Amino acid sequence: MKTRRSFLVSIFAAGMVGLFGSGTAQTDSPIKVVASFSILGDIVQQVGGDRVHLTTLVGPDGDAHVYQPTPADARSVAETKLLIVNGLGFEGWMERLTEASGYKGRVVTATAGIVPLQMEEAEEQHEAETEQKAEEGGHADHDHGEIDPHAWQSLANARIYVRNITDGLAAADPAGAETYRGNAARYLKEIDSVEAQIREMVASLPAERRKVVTSHDAFGYFSAAYGIELLAPVGFSTDAEASAGDVANLIRQIEQEQITAVFVENISDRRLIDQIVRETGARIGGTLYSDALSKADGPAGTYLDMMRHNIQTLVAALGG
Amino acid sequence: MYEVIFAPFVEFGFMRRALVGCFALALGATPIGVFLTLRRMSLTGDAMAHAILPGAALGYLAAGLSLGAMTLGGVIAGVAVAILSGLVARTTVAREDSSLAAFYLISLAVGVVIVSTRGSNVDLLHILFGTVLALNDAAIFLIAGIATVTLFGLAAIYRPLVIECYDPGFLRSVSPLSPVAHYGFLVLAVLNLVGGFHALGTLMAVGIMILPAAAARFWTRDITPLLVIGVLGAFLSGFVGLLLSYHASLPSGPAIILTAGAFYLFSLAFGPDGVVKTHLRSRRHLEA
Repeated sequence: MKTRRSFLVSIFAAGMVGLFGSGTAQTDSPIKVVASFSILGDIVQQVGGDRVHLTTLVGPDGDAHVYQPTPADARSVAETKLLIVNGLGFEGWMERLTEASGYKGRVVTATAGIVPLQMEEAEEQHEAETEQKAEEGGHADHDHGEIDPHAWQSLANARIYVRNITDGLAAADPAGAETYRGNAARYLKEIDSVEAQIREMVASLPAERRKVVTSHDAFGYFSAAYGIELLAPVGFSTDAEASAGDVANLIRQIEQEQITAVFVENISDRRLIDQIVRETGARIGGTLYSDALSKADGPAGTYLDMMRHNIQTLVAALGG
Repeated sequence: MYEVIFAPFVEFGFMRRALVGCFALALGATPIGVFLTLRRMSLTGDAMAHAILPGAALGYLAAGLSLGAMTLGGVIAGVAVAILSGLVARTTVAREDSSLAAFYLISLAVGVVIVSTRGSNVDLLHILFGTVLALNDAAIFLIAGIATVTLFGLAAIYRPLVIECYDPGFLRSVSPLSPVAHYGFLVLAVLNLVGGFHALGTLMAVGIMILPAAAARFWTRDITPLLVIGVLGAFLSGFVGLLLSYHASLPSGPAIILTAGAFYLFSLAFGPDGVVKTHLRSRRHLEA
């Protein structure tokens, strides 16, 4: 009996706080922002600083391709002032979530203005493979259309993310616009320095070694921007299943082009990669972070750490 | 000919492994599937794919992303669900399918709750379910071991199990072995399913278990030929499906199951108990 009464009291108290608390909270407490996944969340935090209270739906090491939203997510979305998504079809579940939660606020699409990569063009590859790529595109269709959503893998795109996010935050919270622009300017400088570092490190590699294998096709933008070619047995989404023909072609390609390093990703099943390693004698060069950050104390706790970690891992495996 | 049929298996180790995996699964799972279809429990596999979640989640909480711990937990959860539902089906008015449905739903819900308390967004089942192209030694030993246990287990409980399939009431009245046959069979079914999920993925495990068994039914009524035709059909599906996946670049699991599906449709049409023959037979009856 006692417990029930105290329960009622606490509900009542919570209601009172809700009623009277919210009126005053507007001015000085942080605005609520929801970001769809960990990498985006980190960029939002860098720009927003203390003025935003950030909730990230798909956390570190989580896979946003196959994520299932929870009621708590719907509540976070409903309570938020600003929802920030990657777009390009990356969060296939997002539309239903916003609809279900009745969210009517602003949605910022971080990739707005980015020129998306289509299915990679098969320039120097054999005919058979081109055909097969086209089929692969058919599979990816269910998830992403034929657009590669992993735009954050290029720092040039990250600048666009930062701009979109800054504008979104400034519009939702005009009082903080100055702060956001200041944070963004500082963060853009950091991005510049990391990008210079990556270009320098790639330049140190002999051109014929700039080829590696990963578990799913998440590094298209990275390849295009920095000139390291990454091949994968599975398409853009971790949801797809590999075909024997694709795996066989990949193994042949590894052998013919003497690719030495194969990488696993933090979010996907590494068994297929292990099989390819057994078959070819290439070795595992380490873990790349593609779609999610590591835990805060891991090697890729923030977006820029992730980019640094990836390039260091690549160069260590390819240069050695 | 050689180029098309044998070269892929000679050239690539992963193709050989996939073939061995298919054969091992066919030896163990398809006989189980024959008995499941006879007992009208064909949908057990799909129910089990969900029922194992709490076990996998507890394994994950205890040991992190360890496939071994998650599989062990999955087996325990699956066996618990199978035995509880079997117990209810044998002792109350509920039928086997409804009690299984009830317990697997409870189990699935418990699993989702456990996963959420950890606040993790990792899709455990997605990680637990393997693919036929990535069989490592451990996975091959697992399904080969399960196939061995299954064949010996089925041999041991064969007679009571067959009687149980056709007339459970009779078996209960004449033999104290009835519960042994019943629960032993359920445990074997769960072992095959969870092992299959781990090594080959849900679609493969359930598909190879049920489709060839269902197809065999159109060729014969007797239990021994049913088992033989089922296993041979499963072998053939694995072999042809892998080649299809290789040459046409289709995803391998679905390619194998589609081949098994084609075998089923063919049997449905042209088997002695299939549509065409039955139709002819009934015509003849009318004429006579």
